[in-house]
Amino acid sequence: MILDIDTKLLKKNAYRVTKQRGITALRIRVPGGDLNIKYLDIIKEIAEKYGNGTVHITTRQGFEIPGISMEKIDEINELISPIIRGLKDEGVQIEDEEGGYPAAGTRNVSACIGNRVCPFANYDTTVLALKIEKLIYPNDYHVKIAVTGCPNDCIKAHMQDIGIIGQVEPIYDPSRCIGCQACVKNCKRRVTGALTFENFKVVRDPNRCIGCGECILKCPTSAWTRDEKYYRIVIMGRTGKKNPRLAQTFIEWADEESVLKIIKNMYDFIDKYIDKTLDKEHVGYIVDREGFKKFKEEVLKDVKLPKKAKVANHIDYTGYRYERNTIYD
Amino acid sequence: MGIELDVKSFDDALKILSKNYKIFAPVRLKGKGAFSDTDLVTYGEISSYKDIELNEKSRYSPKEVIYPITQTLFYFTEDEYKEPEIDDKGIIVFLRPCDANSYLKLDNIFLKNGPYEDNYYKRLRDKVKFFIIECTKGFSTCFCVSTGSNKFLDYDVFVRFDNDKITCDVKNDEFSYAFSGKEVEFIPEFIEKNEIEVKLPDIDKISQNLEYVFNHELWDEYTKRCIACGRCTVSCPTCSCFSMQDIFYKDNPKCGERRRVWASCMVDGFTDVAGGHSYRQKYGERMRFKVMHKIYDYKKRFGTTMCVGCGRCDDVCPEYISFIKIVSKVTDAVDRGESK
Ligand code: SF4
Ligand code: SF4
Ligand code: SF4
Ligand code: SF4
Ligand code: SF4
Repeated sequence: MILDIDTKLLKKNAYRVTKQRGITALRIRVPGGDLNIKYLDIIKEIAEKYGNGTVHITTRQGFEIPGISMEKIDEINELISPIIRGLKDEGVQIEDEEGGYPAAGTRNVSACIGNRVCPFANYDTTVLALKIEKLIYPNDYHVKIAVTGCPNDCIKAHMQDIGIIGQVEPIYDPSRCIGCQACVKNCKRRVTGALTFENFKVVRDPNRCIGCGECILKCPTSAWTRDEKYYRIVIMGRTGKKNPRLAQTFIEWADEESVLKIIKNMYDFIDKYIDKTLDKEHVGYIVDREGFKKFKEEVLKDVKLPKKAKVANHIDYTGYRYERNTIYD
Repeated sequence: MGIELDVKSFDDALKILSKNYKIFAPVRLKGKGAFSDTDLVTYGEISSYKDIELNEKSRYSPKEVIYPITQTLFYFTEDEYKEPEIDDKGIIVFLRPCDANSYLKLDNIFLKNGPYEDNYYKRLRDKVKFFIIECTKGFSTCFCVSTGSNKFLDYDVFVRFDNDKITCDVKNDEFSYAFSGKEVEFIPEFIEKNEIEVKLPDIDKISQNLEYVFNHELWDEYTKRCIACGRCTVSCPTCSCFSMQDIFYKDNPKCGERRRVWASCMVDGFTDVAGGHSYRQKYGERMRFKVMHKIYDYKKRFGTTMCVGCGRCDDVCPEYISFIKIVSKVTDAVDRGESK
């Protein structure tokens, strides 16, 4: 059997080169980790008929179906066309529904379960994940984005190139406060200690408050209530062999429109500064090379941030390097 | 006899009434629920029919209207004090029978409990006109029939909201001028059966078995389950405890004000006394105190059960503790204890 396969195209089509010759694996995108249950039948059929009867759940909340013969790719692409059409119906720009995934560089936008289920969530993460998917997919640039409902950061937004963390501005009505201090004690114990109790009422230090919304959840009288939705944008976190590090805050108290525009602008930044001699280059390394200042300038182009927003002046990454940071016995 | 109105003529009536009255009703505050993208249904001022939320029980009760969470009693300087003025207008409250009855329960506490009437309560309470919202179905946690609070006959106006058809029985002639519409046959209805029926304990039996109830193991469970958050008490239309706060203004500590603010027997600090002591450290003991007040102590004193059976305490408990279940357990224990 002659196998003459353009591996670049294969990978772009969301299949992989595996350790076993001629055998590939397909990654199904699940934006926001939220999948209509009807698609599971298709995944099951492919795994049973073409794969090895198993499915791997990826760290980015997709499904990976292993054990597929490379010769069957066309057939499988036809089989997954309802899933692709589903994306298209949601507004993702895909031309050919029968050709499988048109790109794989920009990874699945993952999300915590958000406010459809979780009481802590400050917004509907599924909806935002899908809005971002529509904005950036299909695209070959290697970018990882995740959105999370609150600063508990269950989805690990801090390990992404762009992590979006839900914030809420808590509004205090002193006349409703019975001084139980549930909010004060909780903020001190579990968050940043932004609240103090003075003259029998609560005072919030806006510089310490991270907008998690826990005070609102704890208050028995609704003395704390919700105002506008805001987002913290953390950037350039990563794992990898070179220099793993947590993402750091770029902006806090951004609104949704700014979040989307900044993500869009980041793709222009990549386009402009990526090292085209390389096979691929992660955006984090581009920012390392070009500098945060340039990145900031480019991504904030035409962005109208809300008045409340705060933008980082500089970012001091405290990642670590395997070979340097460990002192052995 | 009743008067049938459409939305427009009902709104006209509200407009006329609002000249002399502040009008309160359950309202839906968009996005103000504790969880994101949820609403808060609570009491608020209204100006038209569409402001009134009729499909969901309010999380907080109408007691806030006459007994605000924070109330300044007087301002003081070095040698003088002054009580704040209150609004000249009267108060109209749209409420269901259970909540209307809760006002009568509060009256006992504030007006008939000892030699003095509570003037701060009285001056607001005297302004109240009851506009009863007909309630024949209730909600899933209501048990007003069991507590005898399903009826309220001493109303000023009784209102049936049937989609956009509104029928009123104007009992208080003072309000006739505001309502103009077709005269119709109208007999106000009250709910006769809730989904939930609760057998209240016989208070004489409790009196005879006080120690037994006091020391019963049923309370222990709540020491473990309750988190002492106070939600059940602040949502309760009949909880009436408060504490005093003397505030000295930061800029000039010689001036200040005395406030009274709601307190909750379930929350830390309620029983703090001089010397750093406090009572009922265990949450199960607090639960016993609260429950027994609602269904026993108050009744012994005033001859009527304090709890009106609105079910709000069950609705709001984050730990899914059911007051209804506890009452049933007490009744069971008392019945069984007596037969022993
Ligand atoms: S990150 Fe926050 S909102 Fe999302 S699942 Fe975790 S706790 Fe809930
Ligand atoms: S939102 Fe979070 S950080 Fe801010 S005051 Fe409330 S609990 Fe504290
Ligand atoms: S939790 Fe609510 S009532 Fe208690 S101190 Fe905080 S704001 Fe006041
Ligand atoms: S104890 Fe519960 S059911 Fe009874 S009046 Fe209070 S909130 Fe309503
Ligand atoms: S609402 Fe529930 S947890 Fe909170 S104090 Fe009342 S019984 Fe305890």
